[in-house]
Order: sequence, then structure tokens, then C-alpha cells
Amino acid sequence: MATVQEIHFRDPASRPAPVPLSTPPAGAPGSEGLVEGEQDLHGEKMILNMGPSHPATHGVLRILLELDGEIITKAIPDVGYLHRGDEKIAENMTYTQFIPYTDRLDYLAPLANNVAYVMAVEKLLGIEKQITPRCQYIRVICCELARISAHLLGLGAFAMDVGALTVFLHTFTEREKIYDLAEALTGARFTTSYTRIGGLSRDLPPGWTEMVRKFLNEVVVNFDESEKLLTHNRIFIDRTKDVGTISKEDAIDFGLTGPNLRGSGVDFDMRKAHPYLVYDQLHFDVPVGSVGDSYDRYLVRMEEMRQSVRIIHQCLDKLPDGPINVPDGKTVLPPKEKVLTKMEELIHHFILVTQGVNVPAGEIYFGAENPKGELGFYICSKGGGTPHRMKIRAPSFVNLSILPKLLPGHMMSDTVAILGSLDFVMGECDR
Amino acid sequence: MSPLELAQKLKERFPGLISDSVEFRGEQTVRISDPQQIHEICAFAKKDLGFDYLVDLSSVDNYGDDPRFTLVYELYGYKHHCHLRLKTDVSEENPVLPTVCNVWQTANWHEREIYDMMGVRFSGHPDLRRILMWEGYPYFPLRKDFPLAGKSSEMPDVAFTKPAPLDGGPFVTIAGGKDTIAREPRVRLPDTETLETNSRIERRKDTQEAHGHSSGPGAVYPTKK
Repeated sequence: MATVQEIHFRDPASRPAPVPLSTPPAGAPGSEGLVEGEQDLHGEKMILNMGPSHPATHGVLRILLELDGEIITKAIPDVGYLHRGDEKIAENMTYTQFIPYTDRLDYLAPLANNVAYVMAVEKLLGIEKQITPRCQYIRVICCELARISAHLLGLGAFAMDVGALTVFLHTFTEREKIYDLAEALTGARFTTSYTRIGGLSRDLPPGWTEMVRKFLNEVVVNFDESEKLLTHNRIFIDRTKDVGTISKEDAIDFGLTGPNLRGSGVDFDMRKAHPYLVYDQLHFDVPVGSVGDSYDRYLVRMEEMRQSVRIIHQCLDKLPDGPINVPDGKTVLPPKEKVLTKMEELIHHFILVTQGVNVPAGEIYFGAENPKGELGFYICSKGGGTPHRMKIRAPSFVNLSILPKLLPGHMMSDTVAILGSLDFVMGECDR
Repeated sequence: MSPLELAQKLKERFPGLISDSVEFRGEQTVRISDPQQIHEICAFAKKDLGFDYLVDLSSVDNYGDDPRFTLVYELYGYKHHCHLRLKTDVSEENPVLPTVCNVWQTANWHEREIYDMMGVRFSGHPDLRRILMWEGYPYFPLRKDFPLAGKSSEMPDVAFTKPAPLDGGPFVTIAGGKDTIAREPRVRLPDTETLETNSRIERRKDTQEAHGHSSGPGAVYPTKK
């Protein structure tokens, strides 16, 4: 038989009065205005551990927050929970073998990573001028599709973090279609590994361009709808405007890149400043923010997606015919039918698979404008088929380094808005 | 203003310290002979040459050479859109050089990463802790003498690493091999033990020993009887 037990509440009035930790001696300078017990109002600081498993940290970021009430006084980000040693791995395999690892850097935009990586190797090989026009256009389409995909998720998750769940479901529906396009193009939805040194793994499948056109026409409607849900939404504006403001000087000093840099008013885009692929033949605008707060970063991403749509339309219009690979058996695998019938192609195939592309000694840095910012590869080669050292300059890693400067002074609940607006991916940050 | 002109200006300001600029694939690289001067040089490059953006800071381990470590600074200027690479070497015995944190704040995390991965230290750094590995981890994993399969470490109650699941197994390539054949354990060996096969096995053993690869019980390579 159940017994009823009375719950015992502690009477707050019976608590002993708090004793001030250090009462200044009477008559000491500065103690005139002190009322007894005033120190209790300030309280002591609290350390709050956020992450590494927290929905707003988009992965495995951990932040130690020192709080004074609800105000953050100190923030110590702790990264590395997803460290897999990609740079070490890269030193121990051929250049081509590393392409699948680039899928796992910014796993929301694997196509753009593939393109950035092979372009770095091509720069080291000195063959970037030989890349065929068709290949270049296809690569641009891939990069921009990846940008739309990454920004759709970035915006959706950002909106969800500040309370607008609908937007996330909305944008994710469109991302599904990009995955379908990637699947038709590469055979994989996530881990695309589409590019090859000197070309691509395969040409466009039949009917793909029509699929992309159809998708583009649908996605702009989605942009409009998402924008209606957010851009003039009172709650969203209250949560993001003047929150996490990064000045122009700080953005440059902390090495921010991508939408986070442009949100702070720096008009810099690698696609315009150092055009690679065929970006110099395409018309697009670079949106730039004015204040540098979370809301500006949101607006920049929104506009970048529209510009990406514009770029893809132009690429599809101009898409030339012709080969997709560099006609050099020492760089790109020869066609299979020739490998099985011709001696020279067989030798090339064998050497490429077992020893890799023979890269000259030297060092290069190549940075590409990826959705999260400048994804750079520093490759130091001593010749042969493997890099001596490959450093991956991950935009998310650098973008997060501003957190100790950015977070203090904000409310605890602003943290999620700031993290959402910085739009980072830990797979890339921790490598 | 071209990167070459900027490199020459840097050389004029620090005569004897800066090497001639080397061009490779359209990029200018200068080498700095004294790593202890890196802070002055970077501060000048930022203030007077307009390199306001430190793109990247990385390190290279030239295992077996002296000096062992090379630090690579990628500079960029938003005003003149020029890229310049600075390189300087530090020795294995004294891998310390001044920090450039107070020149570019972004160097803070880059330098922590280099300390974490290669063990090069930066004097004057405000917070030189490990960043990707955990505090107290005993090795520097990106050094060339650290095996790809990892080393085990034990820190009670904090963290631990065990050998990688397939350490020394048939599918783990050997770190630092000269070529794919020396590195790749899955290379098929012929039935008869010819001279060529023997030399190949020898080569593999050499690589393994030279790079201090821990030969676990599974590290014996299968030879067909």
C-alpha cells in the first residue's frame, strides 16, 4: 500500500544570512557607499560547460563559458574532438588516394572540397592551364551547388537554433534534391570524391543539366519562402541584430574568411580577387554586410545562394562540349578500353595506380572560396607520388578562433545565435 | 605593387636576413636566416608592406636534416592583393621562435596547432596549450618519426590511446615509405623467392626501421611458403 509522504520544503526565510566574503574595514577609502550584503548581488562567477554534445554546437565543439549571471565574461573554445589526423594520413598516400578524405573535411559541401584539393595538386603540377573548358565549367557548377547546399543547411540550422524550426525543415527539403543531383552525378550522395587530378571521374550523366535547371527554378522559390520566414521576422531580428558584431579590423586580424568576413564589410572574394576556374567569365555579385553582426552574416549567405543560382545558370548556358580530362596518360588514368588493349596505356595505368602522379619538388599554396571560407592547401613536395607535408587551412578552424574575443559581454542565449551565424563544421575544423 | 617588389622591400629593410625571392608556380618565397627575428620582420611586413592577413602558418618536418623544422608563413594583403611566403628554420635541439600573435591575432591558434602537432614552441605566446590533442598527450603526431598507426599512451582518468585497431596488420601502410611498393603491405609477392622479392622485403624492413615503426606481433609480413 502506498504511503503518502509530505515533501519537505526548505523555508527560504530560515536560511542563514549570507556573510560577505571580505568586508572592508570601516573607514577604509571607497567603503563609504557600500551597503551590507551588496556583494551578494554580484554573486560569484559560474563556469558552464557547453558541448561537445550540444545541438547548437553543430558537431563536437566544446566551449567553457565563465558566466556572471547570464552574461558571459570569458569563453574558452575547445576543439579537436573530431581530429582524425588527415594531414598525417595525406603524407602516407598518393595524391589521388587523398581525394576521398577531402569529402570528410566540410562534409556539407564535399564537391567544393574535391575541387579545391585537386586544383591545389594541379597548381603544383603546373597543369592548371591545361584543364579542359568543359571540366572547368562542370567544376564551377559543382562548387556552386555545394555552396547552395552548405548555406541551406547553415541557414536552416541557424534559424533552428534561435527558435524557427520550420526553416530547417524547409531548407532541408531542397538539400535533399542537391543530394539527388550529386548521386546522379557521382554515384554517392555524401562522399562524392568526384574530381580527379587533371579532370573528373566521369562526365555528366544524360539529362543532368535539365535536372539542375529544374532544381534551380524550385530552389529560388524556397529562398523566397525562407526569406519571408526570417528576414523581417521580429523574433529573428531581435535575436540576431547587433549580436556578435565583428568589426572589419577584427575580421581581418583574426583571419576570418568567406561570408563571415564579407558580413563584416570586407569586400573580398577569392572568386573575384584571384579568379580560378572560369569565374572571370561569369557575372555575379559579391554581397557585403555593413555592421558585421549575426544578421548581416545571415543576409550575406542568403544573397550568396541567389548569386550561386545565377552562376550555375550561366554555366549551363555556356557549357562547352569536349573532353573532361587532360589528354596526358601520366596525369589522368587512360580510358579502360585502351588499358586493356594498348601497352603504353597499360603501363601508365599501372604506374599511376601503384606510384601515383609524379609531382615535381616544390611548394605551393592554393586557396579556394569554399562555402565556409577560404579552404587552402599548402603542399610541400620533395618529388614523387606522395606529399612531404600537406597543411589544410580549414576556414572553420580559423573562424572559430575569434570566439574568445567575440563571446564575452553577450548573454548566454546569444551564444547559439553567434555560433549559428559563424556557420562552422567541426569535420573541417579538427581535420 | 607586385609580390616580387614587396619581397625586395623586405630585403632592403632587413639586409643579410632575407634571402633572394624564389619564384615557383607564380608564388614568391623568401627565406629568413634567423628565426629569432621573425616577429620584427612580420611586424614590418604588416605595418609597412600592408600584409594585413596571415593566411596560414604551417610547419614542415625535414626529418634527418638539420635544422629539422621549417616554419611557413603565408602572408596576404587585402589592399594590394599580393601573396608572399616567408620561411624560416628552427633546430630540433632548440625549437623555439618568437610568436607573431600580437601581429596577427589569427596566429594564436595556428601556433598552438604547430606546437601540438610538431612540438615547435613559440616564446611569448599567451596561451601555448595543445589544441587538437588533449592536454598532457606525450607525443607530437605530425613529426615524421611518429608512426602512422599511432603510439599508445596512458594517462589514468584523463585519456588513453590504444594502438590503432589494425596496427601492424595486413592493411596498414607503413609511414614514410620511399614509394608505394615499400609502403604498401598488400603488394602481392611472387611465389618463388627471387632476388627481386628479397630486395623488396629488405627495402620494406629498412623503411620500417628507419622510421621507428613499432613492429607489433602482427607486423610480420606474410610470405608464401
